[in-house]
Amino acid sequence: MNLSMKWLSDYVKADMPIKDYCHALTMSGSKVEAFEVEGADIKNVVVGKILSVVPHENSDHLVVCQVEVGKDEPVQIVTGASNVNADDIVPVALDGAVLPNGVKIKKGKLRGVASNGMLCSLGELGLTKHDFPYAIEDGIFIIQEECEIGQDIQSAIGLDDTSVEFEITSNRPDCLSVTGLARETSATFNIPLNIPVPSFKGVDGDINELLGVTVHNTEKCQRYCAGIVKNVKIEPSPRWMRERLRASGVRPINNFVDITNYVMLEYGQPMHAFDLRYVEGSEINVRNAVDGEKITTLDGVERELSSEMLVIADKSKPVAVAGVMGGEYSGIMDDTTTVVFESAYFESVQVRRTAKKLGMRSDASMRYEKGVDSQISMTCLERAFQLVEELGAGEVIRTVIDKNYTDKTSATVEFNSEWINSFLGTDIPEADMIDYLERLDFKVQDGKVIAPSFRIDIECKADIAEEVARIYGYNNIPSTEFKGVASAELTPEQKFIKKLENIIVSLGYYGIATYSFVSPKYFDKINLPEESSLRNTVKISNPLGEDTSVMRTTTLPSMLEVLSMNYSHRNPSARLYEISKEYIPVEGNPLPDEPQRLTFGMYGDNVDFYDIKGTVEKILESFNIKDVEYVRASECNAFDETVALHTGRCAVILKNNVPLGYLGEVHPDVQENYGFNTKVYVAKLNIPELIESADNNIKYQPLPKFPATTRDLSIICDDEIPVAKLESAIKKAVGKILEKVTLFDVYKGKQIADGKKSVSYSIVMRSHDGTLNDEQADSAMKKVLKALAELGAELRM
Amino acid sequence: MKQQLEKIETLAKEELSACKEIKLLDDLRVKYLGKKGELTAILKQMGKLSADERPVIGQLANKVRSDIEGAISEKLSILKENAKAEKMKAESIDITLPGKVQSLGKLHPMTVVENEIKDIFMGMGFSIADGPEVDDDYHVFEALNLPPDHPARDTQDTFYISDNILLRTQTSSVQVHVMETQKPPIRIISPGRVYRSDAVDATHSPIFHQIEGLVVDKGITMSDLKGTLELLMKKIYGNDCKLRFRPHHFPFTEPSCEVDISCFNCGGKGCSMCKDEGYIELLGAGMVHPKVLEGCGIDSSVYSGFAFGMGLERMVMGKYDINDLRLLYENDVRFLEQF
Repeated sequence: MNLSMKWLSDYVKADMPIKDYCHALTMSGSKVEAFEVEGADIKNVVVGKILSVVPHENSDHLVVCQVEVGKDEPVQIVTGASNVNADDIVPVALDGAVLPNGVKIKKGKLRGVASNGMLCSLGELGLTKHDFPYAIEDGIFIIQEECEIGQDIQSAIGLDDTSVEFEITSNRPDCLSVTGLARETSATFNIPLNIPVPSFKGVDGDINELLGVTVHNTEKCQRYCAGIVKNVKIEPSPRWMRERLRASGVRPINNFVDITNYVMLEYGQPMHAFDLRYVEGSEINVRNAVDGEKITTLDGVERELSSEMLVIADKSKPVAVAGVMGGEYSGIMDDTTTVVFESAYFESVQVRRTAKKLGMRSDASMRYEKGVDSQISMTCLERAFQLVEELGAGEVIRTVIDKNYTDKTSATVEFNSEWINSFLGTDIPEADMIDYLERLDFKVQDGKVIAPSFRIDIECKADIAEEVARIYGYNNIPSTEFKGVASAELTPEQKFIKKLENIIVSLGYYGIATYSFVSPKYFDKINLPEESSLRNTVKISNPLGEDTSVMRTTTLPSMLEVLSMNYSHRNPSARLYEISKEYIPVEGNPLPDEPQRLTFGMYGDNVDFYDIKGTVEKILESFNIKDVEYVRASECNAFDETVALHTGRCAVILKNNVPLGYLGEVHPDVQENYGFNTKVYVAKLNIPELIESADNNIKYQPLPKFPATTRDLSIICDDEIPVAKLESAIKKAVGKILEKVTLFDVYKGKQIADGKKSVSYSIVMRSHDGTLNDEQADSAMKKVLKALAELGAELRM
Repeated sequence: MKQQLEKIETLAKEELSACKEIKLLDDLRVKYLGKKGELTAILKQMGKLSADERPVIGQLANKVRSDIEGAISEKLSILKENAKAEKMKAESIDITLPGKVQSLGKLHPMTVVENEIKDIFMGMGFSIADGPEVDDDYHVFEALNLPPDHPARDTQDTFYISDNILLRTQTSSVQVHVMETQKPPIRIISPGRVYRSDAVDATHSPIFHQIEGLVVDKGITMSDLKGTLELLMKKIYGNDCKLRFRPHHFPFTEPSCEVDISCFNCGGKGCSMCKDEGYIELLGAGMVHPKVLEGCGIDSSVYSGFAFGMGLERMVMGKYDINDLRLLYENDVRFLEQF
């Protein structure tokens, strides 16, 4: 809402410095976004009078003018414009002038003739033909206003208003008007408010002979006021009205359209004007549209209506969509002779739904949607008539039509100053509270507060507390600390994630943040099969674009995108992690599951599979998650995303057959899809499953009393055999006395046959009953060799 | 004999003082004190002495022995110290070379700030509540006093999954989840992702983070809201920061306010960063609307409460002077390693 300060001054005397005004209104609840002093960006442009125009000696399209600008000597100016003649009054940019587009004017020579300034067009002053309808756009602005030679152009053409831009919250549509802001101004500064009651003389006549109004849906149209102006003269409205409209950000059109806009800006009530000629049967029916009925609206678009929409119709067809937009056909034209003014109250949800369905928002519809004052329709019609008479725009028929079905009871709320003080934590005297409320047009009587009809936001006593608080000043409310005790503790999941994050960071990974929604194309990029359940996503019905249209069911592509971006930015290495959610649709539940995942990945620094596996192991170790199995993806299909990984360098992590996550090298094809020319490793751990597997039940083990015996063992076996298999055979063979088995070398190459590998273990044995003797250790080792032999492994000599 | 003994002692001490190696010390010990050493040789002649002379010479001989032994061990410790010093000198390294360690990772800057805020709130007895990001209309809008057809529900702001399911536009939905399951006193914060249909630019992202706060108890006042937020912001931004409370409108609080903080750049004098205001918009807050309390089964005639919501990105950008929101979601390691 842009407020003209000149307009405001009609109702309230707000003559404090503009900055103070804006600050005070902001602090009482009407937030000022900015203010603009009109013409502030124009400097050194004055009114001039052309004394003579002579052809330029070196040009056939330039002329040389002598211009009187209120100084001793006239100024010589060369111009290319063809519409200037002696005695014309024009805007003159003198040497050193600045125009709204930032252009600076300096004296100089044009084809050898001195030119000491510039004559300005409308556009060069930041204006359009709508501001000065008599002027032309492609030539010098020939001023027809009353002004003096040498006068600053700003005051000469009324560019001296100040426009204040308010951000009005959706609960206060009453402040989307000059009178509403005048009331706030008056309450804020505690200065008198004077909004005169509109009055008009009118001419005799019975409107009912000219027009009939029937409201068929009195729930959606609770009030319909109509009046008629005859013998109208359609012409531009006067300068003061155009200026005020312009300062409010509205384009002047003609006197009747301008009057409807003027009243809307002044009171917040949308108005509409019809040409009576085109109201067939001279009857207005406010009714629901018939399905399929059509109307061409003022913007020239033909629209199809449906039965839940409300229209203003004549005998046979709609002439306006109620509260949204008028029809093109019945609008005000230059030859209109009789005008019907409409001032109505349409129910907000009705207007909102219609405007939304038609995809058409107008100034009127936005005001109706937020809610207008149900009791102001007639006042606004009268104000429009007053303006018609003031402008001499036609003859107002004195009788009017008023179909009123509104609920006239005002919102009434309990007034309890004690409660208000206890709620706010203040000590405001009751008399002050009443004063604040009365300044805002509330009535306080018999322990009740009665809200004015335009305050559609008032429902309960907390609303009254807010009114008191904002006029008292939020910053005058004391600051206190609330009492009572509360204990705060992290949930087990929050504790787990906190620790997990500390561990992954201490392992050298950087945290990232990625979008929760992704492109469905990401699934193709990781080579996910068409039938994968991960392609069953939560889909956004109105996404910004395809790239952000589905909620991710796997965090892997987001990680790959970020790794790939870092790679393309030529960062030589990266280790990244993200703790974030996946969004998994659940059969029979409208809401998806949102499980937390730890995703991490790396490239560069010669990392390999065992680097990422080391991270996985350290994490599992930190949470005391033991006895996990690493199996190939071909043996466990828990994670469809593992198709994105190298088949031979990928493992699914199982604990008691529960999949905890996966890790591996990115598949060569997928590496290519993401533009990598280096190996990339990724892993994902499911946090809920990790929490489930974590063993917090740590019990002290007595320190051993007897020494351990260590035997080292090197064996040769088929390369195919996973070491985990060898290890479990060793564990089984040694049995109870095994303390620890550590793999310390795997070797392939010289001295080892093709397809074979040498594996070396250190086996620590210990008994809690006594020192192991050599025989016991030897016998255990024999069993080990026998067990290994069954796997085809033999002792390396 | 006495002279012989004295001579041995003199000679031994001379040789000792000239000795520079630990292994030569042993040779000297053998030479003077050994079984075949010079002192022993003299003592063997003791038998020839008179009964009067024997104790005198014996005493002297013992003294010479212990003197020489003392001198040897003293010399030994000196030589050992010297040797250690020599060794360490030889082992000297460039102490200005960088240390060796597996390099640490870093938290994302948003996590750093979120953790700071969580710690401060937990210290004041606030628990941390979580809620779903994909939620239903009831929890995100209706229960927060945004009835159907409220302008704030326009599709241009909200990402919808279906007519009734949507991505939460504010963490305020967690207020409802908490109040449905928990009886007052309630003291929670809820950090999390929220979604709004805004195109990406330097200050907008369709995904961003909010931290919601909610306090519900008997006798909670608007002055408590002010005091709490002032205390918290002083802990986050230092004791010099000032807050300014401006009336505003949120459907789920009444009275509602927007809270501004004195400009980080100019401290309140007014500069280009704060558009000459001296203050920067920080968060939204207010007293929980009685309708919201009642809708969650909390008697608004007994309990009152306040709520607030702040944008995490804005706080992170303010703290680290980051001028482009997109950097937070781009995740370039050269950016991430700075925090």
